[in-house]
Amino acid sequence: MVDFGGWDMPVAYGSQIEEHHAVRRGAGVFDVSHMGIVDLRGARSRELLRELLANDVARLNLPGRALYSCMLNERGGVIDDLIVYYLDDDFFRIVVNAGTREKDLAWIGQQAARFEVTLLERRDLAMLAIQGPQARERSAALLAAEAAWAVLELQPFFGAQIGEWFVARTGYTGEDGFEIMLPTADAVSVWQRLNAAGVRSCGLGARDTLRLEAGMNLYGNDMTEQTNPLESGLAWTVAFDPPERNFVGRAALDAIRARGAEHKLVGLVLDERAVLRSHQRVLIPSVGEGEVTSGTFSPTLERSIGLARVPVATGAAVQVEVRGRQLPARVVRVPFVRHGKALISLV
Amino acid sequence: MNDIPSELKFTRSHEWLKQLPDGIAEIGISDHAQHALGDLVFVELPEIGRSLSAGENCAVVESVKAASDIYSPVAGTVVAVNDQLRHTPELINRDPYGGGWLLRLRPQEPGSQSSLMSASEYGALAAQG
Repeated sequence: MVDFGGWDMPVAYGSQIEEHHAVRRGAGVFDVSHMGIVDLRGARSRELLRELLANDVARLNLPGRALYSCMLNERGGVIDDLIVYYLDDDFFRIVVNAGTREKDLAWIGQQAARFEVTLLERRDLAMLAIQGPQARERSAALLAAEAAWAVLELQPFFGAQIGEWFVARTGYTGEDGFEIMLPTADAVSVWQRLNAAGVRSCGLGARDTLRLEAGMNLYGNDMTEQTNPLESGLAWTVAFDPPERNFVGRAALDAIRARGAEHKLVGLVLDERAVLRSHQRVLIPSVGEGEVTSGTFSPTLERSIGLARVPVATGAAVQVEVRGRQLPARVVRVPFVRHGKALISLV
Repeated sequence: MNDIPSELKFTRSHEWLKQLPDGIAEIGISDHAQHALGDLVFVELPEIGRSLSAGENCAVVESVKAASDIYSPVAGTVVAVNDQLRHTPELINRDPYGGGWLLRLRPQEPGSQSSLMSASEYGALAAQG
């Protein structure tokens, strides 16, 4: 067990690599109850979120639709990354990271008063992520016929309230699946029923190797308040249109765009028998230096992969300082793996 | 932790030493150590013929979580390494006291392992975390 944002969480229930493969090939379940679930209510909720988030909730045109966004400070630094669900015109739900929950609530609360929006943290809800090619059918099998039909109809990046459960077709693994928010009292029995249905218990370790293979950033590693989305591989999540939407951090990002970002976040593959780890030095001959922000062993690719923040002029090859040795690494486009398939060439 | 083979000797840094009949010492890492490291993915082993002093860094085991240096429990010369680990490092996780051995040494001085911990002393240390 390790401390994770104040929660005691298992790194693995058994073999981390077997848990990883279960999600790529079958189905696994993660207890992600440490994530903060916050409901925003009020007629001006959308207005608040259009100011608070770098992505634009105006894109949420259908009830249940979800959006991934960064929440920035005035300098364009990332306070947190989150998912927002549009549930009704006066009701949005956001899911934030455990380690940032308190500062997020304080920050959102500060802005919410002006818009007469109330915040309610849903500590009464647990959250389970069921992920993998077989995750949806095995989860649906726990439900009565009508509810099962409803969850199987969910499109990617949509959620729906089904009885006491909020079920969303979202995740952090690069596989299909659901994230289910449910009353805490039900969580243990649902977990046991999933296990009985062949869904494997998975810990934080597999969650990290899966998200990194899927090319997904981890808050605190790959972006922080000291880095902005444009140099964190997250430019696609910032809605600069319409130009008149003046979200928090916009002026700073506009200035960075005008002069050009100095860094970029890239994927790295190490073909040597060693493992990339965060904070290792990246050397780019005649360009400069960078730093590995996340690194691990990829069970699917059977070699090490990572993300690194490097100067924008960095090309296809770099050297990484691994335990006193300089090893060549390839710069690749992420994701590394999606839906069970390797997306990079293996030499 | 209950089934630590009683014939093994241990270091405080979680290596074990097994005395083989021909005077050779076999070295590996404890069940406690493999469990703390998690799934092993790479192992670096020394050259055969290399001479090691006691406590010298002689191998590296790397798991999904972290890399860890292995220190020779006694002084000696490397006479064999477990080549199977190059392709199946998970043998260390599956069978830390058997198929997961790392290397074999010819000790410089016979009896030099007498300063190491017994299985029961090590068991008590490991139980403290």
